[in-house]
Amino acid sequence: MAAWRLRTKIFFPQLCRAFAGRRCQLAAERRDAAPGPVSRFCPPKTSCHDWIGPPDKYSNLRPVQFHIPEDESPLEQKLRELRQETQEWNQQFWANQNLTFSKEKEEFIHSRLKAKGLGLRTESGQKATLNAEEMADFYKGFLSKNFQKHMYYNRDWYRRNFAITFFTGRVVLERVWRRLRPKQKLSSS
Amino acid sequence: MKERDELRASESQFKHSTKDLKDSTCALKERLISCSNGGDIAKKPTQSLIYVTQLRRSLSQQVKPKPEPTASSVLEKTSSGQAKAEINEMRSLSPPSLSSSRKPNEKELIELDCVSVIEGSAEVGKESQDEKQWKEMKLHLDDLPGILAQLSKIKLTALVVSTTSAGFALAPGPFDLPCLLLTLVGTGLASCAANPINQFFEVPFDSNMNGTKNRPLVRGQISPLLAVSFATCCAVPGVALLAWGVNPLMGALVAFNIFLYTCCYTPLKRISFANTWFGAVVGAIPPIRGWTAATGSLKAGTFLLGGILYSWQFPHFNALSWGLREDYPPGGYCMMSVMHLALCRCVALRHGLALVGLSTAAPLLDFTTWTFPIISLRISLYISYLGFRFYTQANQKSSRRLFFCSLWHLPLLLLLLLTCKQPQGVKRDQGEPRQ
Repeated sequence: MAAWRLRTKIFFPQLCRAFAGRRCQLAAERRDAAPGPVSRFCPPKTSCHDWIGPPDKYSNLRPVQFHIPEDESPLEQKLRELRQETQEWNQQFWANQNLTFSKEKEEFIHSRLKAKGLGLRTESGQKATLNAEEMADFYKGFLSKNFQKHMYYNRDWYRRNFAITFFTGRVVLERVWRRLRPKQKLSSS
Repeated sequence: MKERDELRASESQFKHSTKDLKDSTCALKERLISCSNGGDIAKKPTQSLIYVTQLRRSLSQQVKPKPEPTASSVLEKTSSGQAKAEINEMRSLSPPSLSSSRKPNEKELIELDCVSVIEGSAEVGKESQDEKQWKEMKLHLDDLPGILAQLSKIKLTALVVSTTSAGFALAPGPFDLPCLLLTLVGTGLASCAANPINQFFEVPFDSNMNGTKNRPLVRGQISPLLAVSFATCCAVPGVALLAWGVNPLMGALVAFNIFLYTCCYTPLKRISFANTWFGAVVGAIPPIRGWTAATGSLKAGTFLLGGILYSWQFPHFNALSWGLREDYPPGGYCMMSVMHLALCRCVALRHGLALVGLSTAAPLLDFTTWTFPIISLRISLYISYLGFRFYTQANQKSSRRLFFCSLWHLPLLLLLLLTCKQPQGVKRDQGEPRQ
């Protein structure tokens, strides 16, 4: 840890990568606690864009490594934090959703097969499955049981999506204004 | 002693070769330093063997890109590749350095080391492959046309434009080419506006479905802001062009269609299976718009054409969604094929039969000649027959047959409508003149 601190002081221009790396570490720790994004990836220091990874095996969402520019404004920081937080919130929801769905589906199939007196494998050795009518009971039950949860998620997702897009628009306008302002100062002088 | 000397030699060689790795992996460097400080040379031969074991094990562990905050950025592909080469070198060096007179358990230890080294390099390979899948979120102008085509669902847009043109062509009155062109451009722009908004709303849901997980917003090829801006840049001129260039009714219809698709159908997909009926209305409006563009008003013939498109949606969509019913529940989608199977099959059959009835009504409304129902009866009966097969034995085969039949049924029906259209001068439609 002390060696790492020394290095960040020495390599100050690469501090932004340290933030990305810390997120890598935090993401790794979160991964141990609950299914989270696998983000050991560290983007090259020459890049000034975000990087998007392969789909997560639990949530199927693609994690994003956010680039932190050296001259990041408070608005840009707010946007980045909102996007980061939304990403983690989405990851948590979908990872839990998919795991719960798979688990409950397996339990449903096992219980139905058991009720019928059938084994988990057919005579040919393949995994036994239920027909469409039987699975429809499970799907209906799953959707109605989680209906409220899905509605809250939809509402929150729409809010976050609009907020992120709105803030992105503001950041773009701010950047354009910043670029124009020095030119205006030069032209006035 | 000899073993220890050989060990020292291989250790120093290893240190030299890792100088190349220092620039690219700070974490690896740390571990090597700590390893070389902690790895005291053992006095007994067995302990020196254990030292070799530990050195190799720690080396194989170091090759993994550690998730510690590093001061320098890491091109871990190249570093892991170099590290792999070092491991192989170590493996080739270390066995000869040990004496031949070793106990069997020591031999097993060496084999274990080799295995751990191989596993380490396999993990390295896996992670470098994982790293290759990371893409920079930078918009390349070369890719932009393709991305925009995917965003606007260009095939669906083409279908909407062609059904609108069918409505225009089937409307009575003289053929007006400029009006037709304005209508098609405006309709195309409106469709290019509605589809990106739909994808903008559904990014996490699309990620979890096989058919939609490669969409541009899911893959990060374009930012949401850019997608919404593109949609706005298509919607505003599209609606304005139709409202002022064709007629206000047309502008109102296209604005209503965009609203229905983005604000009703899209959110409703996760609330109720009634979304299918809303979607069917969305699909039925384009030919009505084409007719409206040509005549400037809504008449019975307009709704007949709309009715044919509306009824066609159900055998088409219900058969398609049957095959995708496993994908819908995790995303929280409420579809008939998931929740009400009997209703799904019944509705598909019902509307297949309705197509027969609507075809028969066409000449009664002076829309077409009687040739139309006579010729179209065969294809309408065929799709109804496949709908019946789907109703009685719903499975992958019957659903696919119904779906593929719907794909050729619609264009053929529209072509027949065009060829059997009531000729001009026999009975003209008394609609308002076009503006």
